Amino acid sequence: MRVNLLYFASFRDAAGLSEQVRELPEGTRVSQLWEAVAREIPRLASFPTMPPAAVNREYVEADRTLCDGDEVASLPPVAGG
Amino acid sequence: MHLTFNPIDVAALLNDVRTSDGGVCLFLGVVRNENEGLPTVAIQYEAYGPMAESEMARVARQVEEEWPDARVRILHRAGRLEVGEVSVAVVAAAPHRREAFEACRAAIDRVKATVPIWKKEFHPDGSAEWVDPTKS
Repeated sequence: MRVNLLYFASFRDAAGLSEQVRELPEGTRVSQLWEAVAREIPRLASFPTMPPAAVNREYVEADRTLCDGDEVASLPPVAGG
Repeated sequence: MHLTFNPIDVAALLNDVRTSDGGVCLFLGVVRNENEGLPTVAIQYEAYGPMAESEMARVARQVEEEWPDARVRILHRAGRLEVGEVSVAVVAAAPHRREAFEACRAAIDRVKATVPIWKKEFHPDGSAEWVDPTKS
């Protein structure tokens, strides 16, 4: 299955791109996707714990199972206002 | 409830106030000239647009459920803002001031905690960095 992974702010700078289609095994969880991404991008691996994640524009728990076509984002610490 | 790249028209925000509202509380977030001792000349706001919009709507809905007499509007700016420009506006209107103040305070606090918006601060020497509120 495929998901579209979005990068914002400091994560976009670290990844060097703003979005990426990723091929994943069925049943992949959000936390597993983050682990894979953190292995590829060392600057993200320095993050102490998994950052909050959104699937299809809503916050989800780390154990959320991904589906084909999902829009996924790992969100750096928000700083609006 | 939205995100805009244009300057926030503060006066227009007050047009929706109902005739039953006796208290209107307006909070404005403004770009400040320093942060943690470092001078700031501008801030670049970046948003996960569609999610920022839905989160702001969720915050407003949630606050209106907790303060049923209050009506809440939230606007956030995106893009590059200079010192003194309004980055966020929250209006809470209610029959009495207590609910208006409380709803306004709750709304801005929740916006800052959950809405996916980020800011990059620019300094006079041209350097810039993303603000991480968890590290201050």
